[in-house]
Amino acid sequence: MPRTEDVALTEEMVRKIVREEIVSAFRKDPAAKRACLIASKGTLDWAYPPLILATAAAAAGLETAIFFTFYGLNIIHKDFERRLMVSPVANPAMPMPVPMPDLITAMPGMQTMATSMMKSMFRKKGVATIRELLDVARESQVRLIACQMTMDVFGYAQSDFIDGVEFGGAAAFLSDARKSHVTLFV
Amino acid sequence: MTDIKETKLLDARGLLCPMPIVKAGKEMKTLAAGDILKVMATDRGAIADFPAWSDDTGNELLEWKDQGDGTLVFYIKKGED
Repeated sequence: MPRTEDVALTEEMVRKIVREEIVSAFRKDPAAKRACLIASKGTLDWAYPPLILATAAAAAGLETAIFFTFYGLNIIHKDFERRLMVSPVANPAMPMPVPMPDLITAMPGMQTMATSMMKSMFRKKGVATIRELLDVARESQVRLIACQMTMDVFGYAQSDFIDGVEFGGAAAFLSDARKSHVTLFV
Repeated sequence: MTDIKETKLLDARGLLCPMPIVKAGKEMKTLAAGDILKVMATDRGAIADFPAWSDDTGNELLEWKDQGDGTLVFYIKKGED
Protein backbone atom coordinates (compact mmCIF):
# COMPACT_ATOMS: atom_id res chain seq x y z
CA MET A 1 0.00 0.00 0.00
CA PRO A 2 1.52 3.37 -0.99
CA ARG A 3 2.23 5.67 1.90
CA THR A 4 0.50 9.04 1.59
CA GLU A 5 3.63 11.03 2.47
CA ASP A 6 5.30 9.73 -0.70
CA VAL A 7 3.04 11.91 -2.87
CA ALA A 8 2.06 14.71 -0.52
CA LEU A 9 3.47 18.14 -1.36
CA THR A 10 5.29 19.90 1.37
CA GLU A 11 4.74 23.59 1.97
CA GLU A 12 8.27 24.17 0.75
CA MET A 13 7.54 22.42 -2.55
CA VAL A 14 4.39 24.46 -3.07
CA ARG A 15 6.30 27.66 -2.40
CA LYS A 16 8.94 26.62 -4.91
CA ILE A 17 6.31 25.91 -7.58
CA VAL A 18 4.62 29.26 -6.93
CA ARG A 19 7.94 31.08 -7.16
CA GLU A 20 8.76 29.42 -10.47
CA GLU A 21 5.32 30.19 -11.85
CA ILE A 22 5.67 33.84 -10.89
CA VAL A 23 9.09 34.06 -12.58
CA SER A 24 7.74 32.43 -15.73
CA ALA A 25 4.63 34.64 -15.77
CA PHE A 26 6.87 37.69 -15.38
CA ARG A 27 9.00 36.55 -18.32
CA LYS A 28 5.92 36.24 -20.50
CA ASP A 29 4.39 39.52 -19.35
CA PRO A 30 4.89 42.08 -22.15
CA ALA A 31 4.59 44.94 -19.64
CA ALA A 32 7.77 43.69 -17.98
CA LYS A 33 9.53 44.54 -21.23
CA ARG A 34 8.45 48.15 -21.43
CA ALA A 35 9.40 51.39 -19.73
CA CYS A 36 7.73 54.80 -20.04
CA LEU A 37 9.25 57.93 -18.60
CA ILE A 38 8.19 61.53 -18.38
CA ALA A 39 10.89 64.21 -18.50
CA SER A 40 9.44 67.47 -17.21
CA LYS A 41 12.50 69.47 -16.23
CA GLY A 42 14.69 71.57 -18.46
CA THR A 43 17.94 72.03 -16.59
CA LEU A 44 21.26 70.35 -17.27
CA ASP A 45 21.23 68.33 -14.05
CA TRP A 46 17.66 67.13 -14.53
CA ALA A 47 18.23 66.20 -18.16
CA TYR A 48 20.40 63.33 -16.97
CA PRO A 49 18.07 61.07 -14.94
CA PRO A 50 15.49 60.36 -17.68
CA LEU A 51 18.20 59.83 -20.32
CA ILE A 52 20.30 57.59 -18.08
CA LEU A 53 17.31 55.50 -17.05
CA ALA A 54 15.98 55.24 -20.59
CA THR A 55 19.30 54.21 -22.14
CA ALA A 56 19.87 51.69 -19.34
CA ALA A 57 16.36 50.34 -19.85
CA ALA A 58 16.95 49.97 -23.58
CA ALA A 59 20.26 48.21 -22.86
CA ALA A 60 18.33 45.78 -20.65
CA GLY A 61 16.10 44.96 -23.59
CA LEU A 62 13.11 47.10 -22.64
CA GLU A 63 11.03 48.91 -25.22
CA THR A 64 11.45 52.42 -23.89
CA ALA A 65 9.76 55.77 -24.45
CA ILE A 66 10.36 59.20 -22.94
CA PHE A 67 7.60 61.75 -23.03
CA PHE A 68 9.03 65.27 -22.87
CA THR A 69 6.71 67.83 -21.43
CA PHE A 70 6.95 71.41 -20.17
CA TYR A 71 10.59 72.40 -19.56
CA GLY A 72 11.65 68.88 -20.44
CA LEU A 73 11.23 69.90 -24.08
CA ASN A 74 14.55 71.70 -23.67
CA ILE A 75 16.32 68.33 -23.63
CA ILE A 76 15.30 67.47 -27.19
CA HIS A 77 15.40 71.01 -28.57
CA LYS A 78 17.94 71.40 -31.40
CA ASP A 79 19.67 73.99 -29.26
CA PHE A 80 19.79 71.78 -26.14
CA GLU A 81 23.48 72.35 -25.57
CA ARG A 82 22.98 76.06 -24.93
CA ARG A 83 19.55 75.74 -23.35
CA LEU A 84 20.38 73.19 -20.68
CA MET A 85 21.89 75.07 -17.79
CA VAL A 86 22.08 74.66 -14.07
CA SER A 87 21.40 77.39 -11.56
CA PRO A 88 22.96 77.59 -8.11
CA VAL A 89 20.13 79.87 -6.96
CA ALA A 90 17.95 78.31 -4.27
CA ASN A 91 19.86 75.07 -4.71
CA PRO A 92 21.62 74.44 -1.41
CA ALA A 93 22.61 70.94 -2.56
CA MET A 94 24.72 72.25 -5.41
CA PRO A 95 28.41 71.68 -4.74
CA MET A 96 30.22 75.03 -4.77
CA PRO A 97 33.91 75.74 -4.24
CA VAL A 98 32.93 78.01 -1.35
CA PRO A 99 29.49 78.35 0.25
CA MET A 100 27.63 81.27 -1.31
CA PRO A 101 24.38 82.97 -0.35
CA ASP A 102 21.68 83.38 -3.00
CA LEU A 103 22.43 87.13 -3.11
CA ILE A 104 25.74 86.22 -4.75
CA THR A 105 24.64 83.20 -6.80
CA ALA A 106 21.81 85.27 -8.30
CA MET A 107 24.28 87.68 -9.88
CA PRO A 108 24.70 87.85 -13.67
CA GLY A 109 27.05 85.24 -15.05
CA MET A 110 26.69 82.86 -12.12
CA GLN A 111 24.37 80.51 -14.00
CA THR A 112 26.80 80.27 -16.92
CA MET A 113 29.63 79.66 -14.49
CA ALA A 114 27.74 76.97 -12.58
CA THR A 115 26.82 75.30 -15.88
CA SER A 116 30.36 75.15 -17.19
CA MET A 117 31.53 73.98 -13.76
CA MET A 118 29.08 71.11 -13.84
CA LYS A 119 29.96 70.21 -17.42
CA SER A 120 33.68 70.12 -16.67
CA MET A 121 33.12 68.12 -13.47
CA PHE A 122 31.04 65.58 -15.40
CA ARG A 123 33.62 65.38 -18.17
CA LYS A 124 36.42 64.82 -15.67
CA LYS A 125 34.51 62.04 -13.93
CA GLY A 126 33.63 60.29 -17.17
CA VAL A 127 29.88 60.98 -17.26
CA ALA A 128 28.43 60.86 -20.77
CA THR A 129 27.32 64.16 -22.26
CA ILE A 130 23.66 64.87 -23.01
CA ARG A 131 24.49 64.64 -26.71
CA GLU A 132 26.02 61.19 -26.24
CA LEU A 133 23.03 59.98 -24.24
CA LEU A 134 20.60 61.32 -26.86
CA ASP A 135 22.61 59.52 -29.55
CA VAL A 136 22.61 56.27 -27.57
CA ALA A 137 18.88 56.65 -26.93
CA ARG A 138 18.11 57.02 -30.62
CA GLU A 139 20.51 54.24 -31.64
CA SER A 140 18.85 51.90 -29.16
CA GLN A 141 15.35 52.74 -30.39
CA VAL A 142 14.23 54.74 -27.37
CA ARG A 143 11.18 56.68 -28.54
CA LEU A 144 11.44 60.39 -27.85
CA ILE A 145 7.99 61.92 -27.73
CA ALA A 146 7.41 65.67 -27.43
CA CYS A 147 4.24 66.87 -25.74
CA GLN A 148 2.30 68.71 -28.43
CA MET A 149 0.27 70.74 -25.92
CA THR A 150 3.31 72.31 -24.22
CA MET A 151 4.90 72.87 -27.62
CA ASP A 152 1.89 74.92 -28.62
CA VAL A 153 1.89 76.84 -25.33
CA PHE A 154 5.62 77.63 -25.56
CA GLY A 155 5.41 78.36 -29.28
CA TYR A 156 7.64 75.52 -30.51
CA ALA A 157 7.42 74.09 -34.02
CA GLN A 158 8.10 70.44 -34.77
CA SER A 159 11.21 71.56 -36.68
CA ASP A 160 12.66 72.98 -33.43
CA PHE A 161 13.46 69.48 -32.22
CA ILE A 162 16.27 67.04 -32.93
CA ASP A 163 15.79 64.32 -35.54
CA GLY A 164 13.77 61.29 -34.58
CA VAL A 165 11.39 63.05 -32.18
CA GLU A 166 7.72 62.01 -32.32
CA PHE A 167 4.79 64.09 -31.17
CA GLY A 168 1.90 63.14 -28.93
CA GLY A 169 -0.36 63.96 -26.04
CA ALA A 170 -1.39 62.69 -22.63
CA ALA A 171 -3.54 59.91 -24.07
CA ALA A 172 -0.63 58.60 -26.15
CA PHE A 173 1.59 58.52 -23.07
CA LEU A 174 -1.05 56.84 -20.93
CA SER A 175 -1.73 54.25 -23.58
CA ASP A 176 1.97 53.31 -23.47
CA ALA A 177 2.18 53.65 -19.69
CA ARG A 178 -0.66 51.23 -18.95
CA LYS A 179 1.26 48.58 -20.85
CA SER A 180 4.48 49.23 -18.94
CA HIS A 181 5.49 48.13 -15.47
CA VAL A 182 8.11 50.85 -15.33
CA THR A 183 6.60 54.33 -15.40
CA LEU A 184 8.52 57.24 -13.97
CA PHE A 185 7.89 60.95 -13.73
CA VAL A 186 11.11 62.94 -13.65
CA MET B 1 42.26 32.76 -9.98
CA THR B 2 39.93 32.30 -12.91
CA ASP B 3 40.34 30.27 -16.06
CA ILE B 4 37.37 31.69 -17.93
CA LYS B 5 38.33 32.46 -21.50
CA GLU B 6 36.43 35.37 -22.96
CA THR B 7 35.24 35.60 -26.55
CA LYS B 8 35.50 39.38 -26.45
CA LEU B 9 36.86 42.04 -24.15
CA LEU B 10 35.10 45.32 -23.42
CA ASP B 11 37.18 47.98 -21.75
CA ALA B 12 34.69 50.24 -19.99
CA ARG B 13 37.19 51.70 -17.56
CA GLY B 14 36.67 55.38 -16.87
CA LEU B 15 33.02 55.28 -17.94
CA LEU B 16 30.18 55.96 -15.56
CA CYS B 17 26.56 54.77 -15.42
CA PRO B 18 24.85 53.97 -17.76
CA MET B 19 27.66 53.64 -20.31
CA PRO B 20 29.22 50.33 -19.14
CA ILE B 21 25.80 48.66 -19.45
CA VAL B 22 25.00 50.42 -22.72
CA LYS B 23 28.32 49.32 -24.24
CA ALA B 24 27.98 45.78 -22.88
CA GLY B 25 24.51 45.58 -24.43
CA LYS B 26 25.93 46.66 -27.78
CA GLU B 27 28.76 44.12 -27.61
CA MET B 28 26.39 41.32 -26.61
CA LYS B 29 24.42 41.88 -29.81
CA THR B 30 27.52 40.93 -31.82
CA LEU B 31 28.04 37.68 -29.89
CA ALA B 32 26.40 34.27 -30.16
CA ALA B 33 24.74 32.27 -27.37
CA GLY B 34 27.38 30.73 -25.14
CA ASP B 35 30.00 33.38 -25.99
CA ILE B 36 31.60 35.15 -23.07
CA LEU B 37 32.04 38.89 -22.76
CA LYS B 38 34.68 40.13 -20.35
CA VAL B 39 34.01 43.64 -19.11
CA MET B 40 36.54 45.80 -17.31
CA ALA B 41 35.02 48.73 -15.46
CA THR B 42 35.90 51.26 -12.81
CA ASP B 43 32.33 52.38 -12.05
CA ARG B 44 31.54 50.97 -8.59
CA GLY B 45 27.85 50.98 -9.52
CA ALA B 46 28.67 48.17 -11.93
CA ILE B 47 28.86 45.77 -8.96
CA ALA B 48 25.09 46.02 -8.62
CA ASP B 49 24.32 46.82 -12.25
CA PHE B 50 25.90 43.87 -14.04
CA PRO B 51 24.17 41.14 -11.98
CA ALA B 52 20.81 42.92 -12.40
CA TRP B 53 21.35 43.59 -16.08
CA SER B 54 22.48 40.02 -16.75
CA ASP B 55 19.38 38.72 -15.03
CA ASP B 56 17.11 41.06 -17.02
CA THR B 57 18.64 40.17 -20.36
CA GLY B 58 18.80 36.40 -19.91
CA ASN B 59 22.59 36.45 -19.87
CA GLU B 60 24.59 34.82 -17.13
CA LEU B 61 27.12 36.58 -14.95
CA LEU B 62 29.61 33.77 -14.47
CA GLU B 63 31.96 35.59 -12.17
CA TRP B 64 33.14 39.00 -11.17
CA LYS B 65 36.10 40.19 -9.21
CA ASP B 66 37.64 43.33 -7.84
CA GLN B 67 41.21 43.47 -9.03
CA GLY B 68 42.05 45.75 -6.14
CA ASP B 69 43.46 48.52 -8.33
CA GLY B 70 40.03 50.04 -8.86
CA THR B 71 39.25 47.79 -11.81
CA LEU B 72 36.28 45.46 -11.68
CA VAL B 73 36.15 42.50 -14.03
CA PHE B 74 32.95 40.77 -15.09
CA TYR B 75 32.51 37.61 -17.14
CA ILE B 76 29.09 37.42 -18.76
CA LYS B 77 27.90 34.50 -20.81
CA LYS B 78 25.40 35.27 -23.53
CA GLY B 79 22.14 33.38 -23.05
CA GLU B 80 19.90 31.72 -25.61
CA ASP B 81 17.65 34.29 -27.19
